[in-house]
Amino acid sequence: MSAIIRYAGCLCLMLASSPLFAAYQLDMSPGVTSFSQGAYEIHQYVMWICVAIGVVVFGAMAYSIIFHRKSKGAVAAKFDDNVTVEILWTIIPIFILVSMAIPATNVLLEMEDTSKSDMSIKVTGYQWKWHYEYLDEDISFFSNISTPEAASLATNASVPKDENYLMEVDNRVVIPANKKVRFLFTSNDVIHAWWIPAFGVKKDALPGFINEAWARVAEPGVYRGKCAELCGMNHGFMPIVVEVKSEADYAAWVGEQKAAKSALAASATKTWTMAELMKHGEKVYTTNCVACHQVSGEGIPAAGFPALKGGAIATGDAAKHIDIVLKGSPGTAMQAFGAQLNDADLAALITYERNAWGNNTGDTVQPSDIKSAR
Amino acid sequence: MSDAHHDHKPTGIGRWLFSTNHKDIGTMYLWFSLTMLFVGGTMALIIRAELFQPGLQIVEPEFFNQMTTLHGLIMVFGVIMPAFVGLANWQVPMMIGAPDMALPRMNNWSFWLLPTAFSMLVASLIMSIMGMGSAPNFGWTFYAPLSTTFAPASTDYFIFSVHLLGISSVMGALNIIATIMNMRAPGMTYMKMPIFVWTWFITAYLLIAVMPVLAAAVTMMLTDRNFGTSFFSAAGGGDPLLFQHVFWFFGHPEVYIMILPAFGVVSQIIPTFARKKLFGYTSMVYATASIAFLSFIVWAHHMVTTGMPVAAELFFMYATMLIAIPTGVKVFNWVSTMWRGSLTFETPMLFAIAFVVLFTIGGFTGLMLAIAPADFQYQDTYFVVAHFHYVLVTGSLFTIMAAVYYWIPKWTGNMYDEKLGKVHFWLTCISANVLFFPMHFVGLAGMPRRIPDYSIQFTEFNQMASIGAFVFGFSQLLFLYIVIKAIKGGNKATTEVWEGAEGLEFTLPSPAPFHSFTTPPQVK
Ligand code: HEC
Ligand SMILES: [Cu+2]
Repeated sequence: MSAIIRYAGCLCLMLASSPLFAAYQLDMSPGVTSFSQGAYEIHQYVMWICVAIGVVVFGAMAYSIIFHRKSKGAVAAKFDDNVTVEILWTIIPIFILVSMAIPATNVLLEMEDTSKSDMSIKVTGYQWKWHYEYLDEDISFFSNISTPEAASLATNASVPKDENYLMEVDNRVVIPANKKVRFLFTSNDVIHAWWIPAFGVKKDALPGFINEAWARVAEPGVYRGKCAELCGMNHGFMPIVVEVKSEADYAAWVGEQKAAKSALAASATKTWTMAELMKHGEKVYTTNCVACHQVSGEGIPAAGFPALKGGAIATGDAAKHIDIVLKGSPGTAMQAFGAQLNDADLAALITYERNAWGNNTGDTVQPSDIKSAR
Repeated sequence: MSDAHHDHKPTGIGRWLFSTNHKDIGTMYLWFSLTMLFVGGTMALIIRAELFQPGLQIVEPEFFNQMTTLHGLIMVFGVIMPAFVGLANWQVPMMIGAPDMALPRMNNWSFWLLPTAFSMLVASLIMSIMGMGSAPNFGWTFYAPLSTTFAPASTDYFIFSVHLLGISSVMGALNIIATIMNMRAPGMTYMKMPIFVWTWFITAYLLIAVMPVLAAAVTMMLTDRNFGTSFFSAAGGGDPLLFQHVFWFFGHPEVYIMILPAFGVVSQIIPTFARKKLFGYTSMVYATASIAFLSFIVWAHHMVTTGMPVAAELFFMYATMLIAIPTGVKVFNWVSTMWRGSLTFETPMLFAIAFVVLFTIGGFTGLMLAIAPADFQYQDTYFVVAHFHYVLVTGSLFTIMAAVYYWIPKWTGNMYDEKLGKVHFWLTCISANVLFFPMHFVGLAGMPRRIPDYSIQFTEFNQMASIGAFVFGFSQLLFLYIVIKAIKGGNKATTEVWEGAEGLEFTLPSPAPFHSFTTPPQVK
């Protein structure tokens, strides 16, 4: 009986949730796309039907528990079947299920219809970041968690835990409002899943295959989500942030991206000073390498991530160092960063590794060195 | 039972190592399961301690993944499955009027493979703690390529261990089928078998059908990892989704393997304490069989986000929704059995009633999860975690405890301590809900599963869950104490044990003789 009281208690809790639990979200959010709202409505419908069935079934149990107890002198009846009710409780559920299946089918069909899109963005999952490529513009970039220190026990405490803790990235994906945006998903390594709850979009990014989804959002705003498929050590640390901008703002953003790109091309030809390289290198290292090699450069040898501090390669021949960072080490988690970072970033990064944590080799690596090593 | 007077029990360690006796082997299965419950439970507590507040406090993300992986594998293969096999070993021969299992030597072998397999799995964790590589860290569902190209070296241990577990389960299942088909007492037709025997009969077929599929999955992993094949690697012409199809073709029947015997247990207990025959025996049998059949055609409902064609998504959604019908029939039958009975509330009955309510809640969330468009939101969140802990903990585990309380007087000849049993029930039942109910909320609010750290808006419900987890975990020490106390002594149990008990096992003296029925009883 108390099981039922408890269940009723939970229900009341859910019902009374708005005043009591104003700060916490208890239920699915209706979201901002047509099908996220459809999913929300059908979620509500099925949940309340379940609650209603629960009230009837648990009510009947509670009734027998209270009134048919031996201690109250109840004597057991003799019946042990009843064909009519058995047929009824097989048939009625079929109708209830059909009433759920019809709207569910409609929402699903809408959700999976990626045709007639206005623009396409290719999303590639990496351990542990996302890469976005705007197929109709010449824009592409990586998007990393903006607090990579959060992913390690040693450095986690230094990260402020505000409302966007673990939910902020360095480069947001920007999309225009009121346009049907098609997303194409794939992966560079293991399976990831791209999920924005407010869009009702969750799709797996599979290595070697392409999946599709779409969204059309009316309201400009910032929408956040996370990788939803276990993808290794830092699975919990690869957030997704989508910024929906009005059409004019979006066009301005595209312009900025293109300007930044030409500025970058210029930086690749100049000769950098040691101080410039170290400053930029630390930034690039923190974004791309600390997940495995750690802020301290000590790695996690037990998990197979070698130390770079005093490491054979990081303090040895620079050409070998450039080589492993450019081409990775096949069959290990060490990726080929040559495909991910530009010459200036790589030069700064390698200079940083060769001089940080007491490695002090005194070497500088210039973008031109990287260019010729590619 | 003249035989009761000259039981020749072997003595010493040899009694257990070389045992061919269904009761001794059953006992070993049950103790093994209880031990693993504490091992897997400790891992769960490490997980819950880490998740008590946002930020990383106790373990590194890498170790956290090892915990979730081993917790899942141990609870599924080391706790729930062995416990039900242990119950089958003890009860099936007694309930069908047989002296022992049909294939006693094989029985011994299937048990002893289990500790072997788990030593290997746990060895990889011990090595990981000692700083030598990582234990399996890819989740109990071990999706490729995370479990192949990107997995730690210990994965080969894991593969071998899964192979052994599979062999053990298949042999156990064959034995149960052979016993039920050949050793029923005269007069016990199939439609007179106790429901527990029926559910195990069907479960055993499921095991034989799907354990080889699991073996195929891990064999493909083995060759992908070590012999240059590319079953699961697109770069070599394979497909990572093939893994998921194969895994869930095993995995979905697997979840019924863990729940059908639970249905059986509850169908024995409720009539006893309602002092009324089980309502709708025939429909119970057919419902069990239809659930087993449906379990083979719904596997891809675990895969809605993988980008299947929409026609496949629709098919799997409809098929999954259908499961609600036979499951509903079962719940309605249990409630009707209680209806106008003469109820008492000993500990087994308390657990059985809690099962019906809480399993039904798990069934409701199951129906919600079946609805594909909404499942896009639920998939891989704590909502799923809540769902399967309702069906596996407050479902399967609760009935295992109910079964132990129900039959332990028959096994030991002593009644357990009823007062402590009730305390154990209330602690367990309340804490399990404090532990698992809030997971629905954080899941719906968007918290993914298998993450070592979370954003601050999920804090309060995670704290509730963690507190519930610790109370739940430590309450099980009381269970251990109650079991040991009942083995050591207590009020003597009668032959019938419970006032309303029916069935052949309750015609044997308590404790039941070593070789159950040496002359088959006549069933009318
Ligand atoms: C996903 C984990 C991961 C990330 C991220 C990562 N590495 Fe590595 N790194 C490894 C592994 C694993 C090895 C060892 C490879 C082997 O054994 O051949 C390695 C090896 C190296 C080595 C050779 C070390 C030695 O002494 O053998 C260097 C240098 C290196 N990484 C640099 C980097 C740089 C620079 C970055 C950031 C751009 C980076 N790594 C990011 C996993 C990673
Ligand atoms: Cu991921």
